Amino acid sequence: MESKAIEKEARLMKGNEALAEAAIRAKIDAYFGYPITPQSEILEYFSREMPNRGGIVLQAESEVASINMIYGAAGAGARVMTSSSGPGISLMQEGLSYIASAQLPCLVVNVSRGGPGLGTIQPSQGDYLQATKGGGHGDYHVIVLAPASVQEMADFVFDAFRLAEKYRNPAMILTDGALGQMMEKVILPEEGSLPKKTPEWATTGKPKWRERNIITSLFIQPEEMEKINLALQKKYELLKQEVRYEEFQTSDAEVVLVAFGLSARICQKVVELGREKGIRIGLTRPITLYPFPEKIINRLAKKIDFFLVVEMNAGQMLEDVKLSVNGICPVHFKGRMGGMIPSPEEVLEEVEMLLEKHSISHDMEVK
Amino acid sequence: MNDITITNGLEVVYKRPKTLTDTPFHYCPGCGHSVVHRVLMEVVEELGIQEKTIGVAPVGCSVFAYNYMNIDMQEAAHGRASAAATGIKRVLPDRFVFSYQGDGDLAAIGTAETIHTVNRGENILMVFINNAIYGMTGGQMAPTSLSGQITSTSPYGRDTQKTGYPIKITELIAQLPGAFYVTRQSVHTAGAVRKLKKAFTAAFEYQKLNKGTSFVEVVSNCPAGWKMTPKESITWMEENMFPFYPLGDIKLPPKESPSKN
Repeated sequence: MESKAIEKEARLMKGNEALAEAAIRAKIDAYFGYPITPQSEILEYFSREMPNRGGIVLQAESEVASINMIYGAAGAGARVMTSSSGPGISLMQEGLSYIASAQLPCLVVNVSRGGPGLGTIQPSQGDYLQATKGGGHGDYHVIVLAPASVQEMADFVFDAFRLAEKYRNPAMILTDGALGQMMEKVILPEEGSLPKKTPEWATTGKPKWRERNIITSLFIQPEEMEKINLALQKKYELLKQEVRYEEFQTSDAEVVLVAFGLSARICQKVVELGREKGIRIGLTRPITLYPFPEKIINRLAKKIDFFLVVEMNAGQMLEDVKLSVNGICPVHFKGRMGGMIPSPEEVLEEVEMLLEKHSISHDMEVK
Repeated sequence: MNDITITNGLEVVYKRPKTLTDTPFHYCPGCGHSVVHRVLMEVVEELGIQEKTIGVAPVGCSVFAYNYMNIDMQEAAHGRASAAATGIKRVLPDRFVFSYQGDGDLAAIGTAETIHTVNRGENILMVFINNAIYGMTGGQMAPTSLSGQITSTSPYGRDTQKTGYPIKITELIAQLPGAFYVTRQSVHTAGAVRKLKKAFTAAFEYQKLNKGTSFVEVVSNCPAGWKMTPKESITWMEENMFPFYPLGDIKLPPKESPSKN
């Protein structure tokens, strides 16, 4: 009893380390990775902890090798993960496409940084489209979860594996350098609370009683390849039941901010500041970026004056919000790029400017 | 259905091993792949390790190796078979794991994976089919294409000044401490086939020792890609390939290791 109470005690941890600790508690069999800022603490944490606590950690020669080691190990039925940041995640896209096609569960963590190119090591949300639209070749999707706190960096590891294994699909935690590097209070998930069993499709060696298992993404006959595609699309349709989002003060809101991850943390402050000024403002935070919470956004669109999408990119989730709103109400955008983080004050300023513009146009309509 | 059993009237002298499926090979007539597949699977059957063996197929002519080998298999991305095999072996260390790759896969796009897999001394068998050409895509120049060799992307013969030299990847990886057993074989004669079988057998036995990577190169032919009849291709291989890629063991395990276990 006492040890359990201690287990539940809050700890102060870096986002990257909380995520790695959660993965150990989720009993991953192996981690394959390559150093890149701002996520190297994940590889370092595993390198330090795994030899004593079980599980395999291997520093690969590249992200290309890492993701293909993931393919092999996941295909062999193991619970496996890798992590990287923008440039490394780009290198993994071919492998992710193979993994999605072969329908293997695994976790890929993107602690993203500003791009394009080598960019900067400062936090960014510029990989949203890459993460949610497939990223590699062909028609596929990765399940994408976006944490907004160190607590969620830890919790979402369990959620990601649960979903990945349930749907036989790669899952991604899309976070950023700030959430990875910052320290916060975290209550770690309990060890072993995620059941594990070797799937029957895994290549573990063919016993006499069953046919051989084959892990492949090659279906050379177009009729067969189309069937695989239809099955994937059916799965993505089914995935919609896993949509998760958070609403903050939206019930009476005229203006609703839409933001994920770190931007949502900032926007929570914007809502508080706005409310102090008497602005009826709220926030919708998509937690699953894929599947995207399109229904709630569409529902809100019918009740509010306008949306303001706030992202640390040039307007990527903006496209999904616009598709969800489908012209029902105006959708505006406020973004910073290249590793810059918007301040709550500058977002609120944008809100006030938009409110003024909307009231003018509203007056004109009345006249 | 297509099964052939040959007897001498008294006993069966030739039949399909249980480790091969009853599927006709898609390989071109005269190609070495089907022989290598068969020899590899004969060894798996004879060692009684079908239940414990996992193979990784490449991208290239042998991309469909899993259609023929009656064992659990994975099909890896181009060049990444040894990385996938690493993933499998690391999570299932008591299984026998092999990768099967051609020269484009292993010695061009997958060079980094090849070198680092061996350098880590992954306890797997890497089978390397070297026919000095990209067969599946229609006969383009490979990293192992010989100097002056005519291919569809070196129609005037490989000019090493412009396209680099044929790479002896097997000699290269033999330098690495992680390489435990490195040999170069062929399948162009009955004797050569028997030698390859010995090499595969040794490689699987060595895998039990956990002492590093076994690497078996098979110098092979590509009648279709080389634009030759199977017979011509064998002669060309003997006259041109073997002098540059000499057959035989390149690195043998230290004497004491295999016999003591």
